[in-house]
Amino acid sequence: MPERKIRVMVAKPGLDGHDRGARVLARYFRDAGFEVVYTGCHQTPEQIASAAIQEDVDLVGLSCLSGAHRALFPKVVQLLREKGASDITVIGGGIIPEQDFPMLYEAGIKAIFTPGASLDSIVEWIKTNIKPH
Amino acid sequence: MDSLVKKICAGDVRLASRLIRDIEDKLPEAKAKIKKLYAYTGKSFIIGITGAPGAGKSTLTDALIAALRKKNKTVGVLAVDPTSPFTGGAILGDRIRMQRHAEDAGVFVRSLATRGALGGLSHAAGDAIHVMEAMGKDIIIVETVGIGQQEIDIINHAHSVVVVLVPGMGDEIQTMKAGLMEIADVFVVNKANRPGTNQLQTELASMLNLASKNGKGWQPPIVMVGDAFEPGAFAEKIAELERKIEEHHKYLIESGKLTERMHRKAMAEINDALSACLLEPVIQKLASTGELDSFAEKIKSRKADPYTVAEEIAKNYFIRQDKK
Repeated sequence: MPERKIRVMVAKPGLDGHDRGARVLARYFRDAGFEVVYTGCHQTPEQIASAAIQEDVDLVGLSCLSGAHRALFPKVVQLLREKGASDITVIGGGIIPEQDFPMLYEAGIKAIFTPGASLDSIVEWIKTNIKPH
Repeated sequence: MDSLVKKICAGDVRLASRLIRDIEDKLPEAKAKIKKLYAYTGKSFIIGITGAPGAGKSTLTDALIAALRKKNKTVGVLAVDPTSPFTGGAILGDRIRMQRHAEDAGVFVRSLATRGALGGLSHAAGDAIHVMEAMGKDIIIVETVGIGQQEIDIINHAHSVVVVLVPGMGDEIQTMKAGLMEIADVFVVNKANRPGTNQLQTELASMLNLASKNGKGWQPPIVMVGDAFEPGAFAEKIAELERKIEEHHKYLIESGKLTERMHRKAMAEINDALSACLLEPVIQKLASTGELDSFAEKIKSRKADPYTVAEEIAKNYFIRQDKK
């Protein structure tokens, strides 16, 4: 029987140009058998939400090392909701202080991975929590 | 009109992208939906962009989108990247070059993974084009996966094919070879600020000279595109490229070649649909009953050869049913 392939998008919102982590993840997701859309750096939340819909991804992984996650991550979730795409899961990663976790979860970010999180744990999370549309 | 058809024809990106995914994943419903949609397709002009990995296809596509948007044309883009033969995963990175158009409602960019297709596209490409046609896109740009000499399925889908070359990839014998060098309606020599540019231009020109039939018919032009980081000069070259593509489109219409190409496309579509409708169910059935494995075992141990096996399967599935 035909099987749904998991499609994910890895995106870097805001002015942060440090994408080594995002690239390593994109590559690891590829090796996990996902189709990975990578958008590159310096994306606005609007660009990310719109690209996620055009690509029909199941999950958007946001990476931010600049400290702007409090503004940018919730904005992506909000835009997806406004565009009728609240079924697209948003997770985040990067330099994110623990005290910001509750605020991000509250805003609809489903998981947060910080330095030290293993690649396998992220793939496991996706495989467990994401059912392709 | 069916409600899905109505919504897609009205430009619903969410539904369109989902339908493309259903096609990619070969869901049985997808075929039924395309059947309903088909009557509303076939009105867009389709440009193919092909060439080696890293030749600059995505950057040229991005620049073409910008040029077409200035003329108020709506644009659909299908960008193909390779699937891993080992894990089935893929990095779809063509979008990176096109993200400045992400918020433009007149542009719909959809990435496709090859998923084992060998012709430079994906099995879903043909129907994905149909979905974008139904959405009413004026122009659809199909960017192939990075290709070599022979992955030229794009000619069955595009009206005008742009072949992107870069200097430094071999001697003049390369330009004599069949396949890729024959399918161009427009050549781009990209990165034409690099060493070897003049040589490539001369070789191409002399190849085209040999190919031309008394100067009649379409002569593929060569557009020399230099450094993308010199915005002014680059934009001029892109305008020239867009003009040449448009001239080719006009030529196709005026010469009657367009109908010829549409016929070739229709033949290819029958071919694909027939193989999907005859072969795939048989393979699936054989796989589910375990027969496929036992045939493979027989071939492996040299108790049978693949031709006899294929004839036996054909006898069971096609010829016998035919007689009934």
